[in-house]
Amino acid sequence: MKDNSFSLWVYLSQSPLLWLTVTLLVYATTDAVSLATRRHPFANPVLHAMWIIGAFLLVTGTSYTTYFAGAQFVHFLLGPATVALAVPLYENRKRVVSSIVPMLVALVAGSVTAVVSVVLLAELAGLPRDVVLSLAPKSVTAGVAMGIAESLHADPSLTAVAVILTGIMGAIIVTPLMNRTGVTDFRARGFAAGLAAHGIGTARAFQVDEIAGVFSGIAMSLNALVTSFLVPLMVTLLVR
Amino acid sequence: MLASLSLLLLCQLIGEAVVRSLGLPLPGPVLGLLLLLILLLGRDRYALLARGPLRNDGVETASKGLLAHLSLLFVPAGVGVVQKLDLLASHGVAIILILSASVVVTLLVTVLTFRLVSRLLRQQDVQ
Repeated sequence: MKDNSFSLWVYLSQSPLLWLTVTLLVYATTDAVSLATRRHPFANPVLHAMWIIGAFLLVTGTSYTTYFAGAQFVHFLLGPATVALAVPLYENRKRVVSSIVPMLVALVAGSVTAVVSVVLLAELAGLPRDVVLSLAPKSVTAGVAMGIAESLHADPSLTAVAVILTGIMGAIIVTPLMNRTGVTDFRARGFAAGLAAHGIGTARAFQVDEIAGVFSGIAMSLNALVTSFLVPLMVTLLVR
Repeated sequence: MLASLSLLLLCQLIGEAVVRSLGLPLPGPVLGLLLLLILLLGRDRYALLARGPLRNDGVETASKGLLAHLSLLFVPAGVGVVQKLDLLASHGVAIILILSASVVVTLLVTVLTFRLVSRLLRQQDVQ
């Protein structure tokens, strides 16, 4: 009996089915909790799904590679979801076109701040050079940020972690911070969320307000573009 | 639904192909986004385009369905933290403090710049 359940575990733990199911079940639960707390920032469903699944992997001694073999089906949808951002953009095109100047100026100011602040702080804290380089593109969506890290010979997997942590912190901080600044313009609030915290910030923005979500999606796409050029330049200027 | 999903994938596929072949410093899906936007705008002008997924809000419904669960799509990459536990044990506190300080500064600079320029142009958001 014991042997039987062990061999069943060995079989299931190697199959994508188990890890895909775990990912969806855990997320469905953390998302339900987030809804029940009326989308409280600290009930961020990504954050809680992450540590619960992470702990489960550690307890069962499962490697991330094995887990990802199943979870990649979910990960894959990030591409089509990015394409899908065209729809809210199209539906709100008039408002977007009329805000083009504030968007472009805020884009430049925000992208420079995102890179310079993290590099300076990391240098100040005395972090090793390769860690500093890996953190630099942290405000850009994961796929692009990892590409930037590779071109700098930094550690792309550390970059991925920094990107996710940044997105989660941005998603948690953005609503209380914006309420405190007294900015009620959801175009500006959403744009800041997408620029500083990419897709996770955009997911948060869509929870709060549709216009915020649209502007967040635009900021995320534009920032990916600007940061690809900016990081190599800033790194040569700022990193010893 | 299936036709709409195919259209999203097709846009991404063309985006990736163009980015790779021209060596553009741009993510493929972002180019796919632009392509779908052009198709949607084109549909308003040319009735010929209004068929299949571009008819009766097909691609609109599918896209909104996907975007409603955007958070879920970051979970698999996020669990990758388990691979970096040793690094987080040694530099974790510093890294988290640095990232959160940088996020706060970036959010503030971006939102205030946006509002300032918008106000200079005497522009108010139309509610």
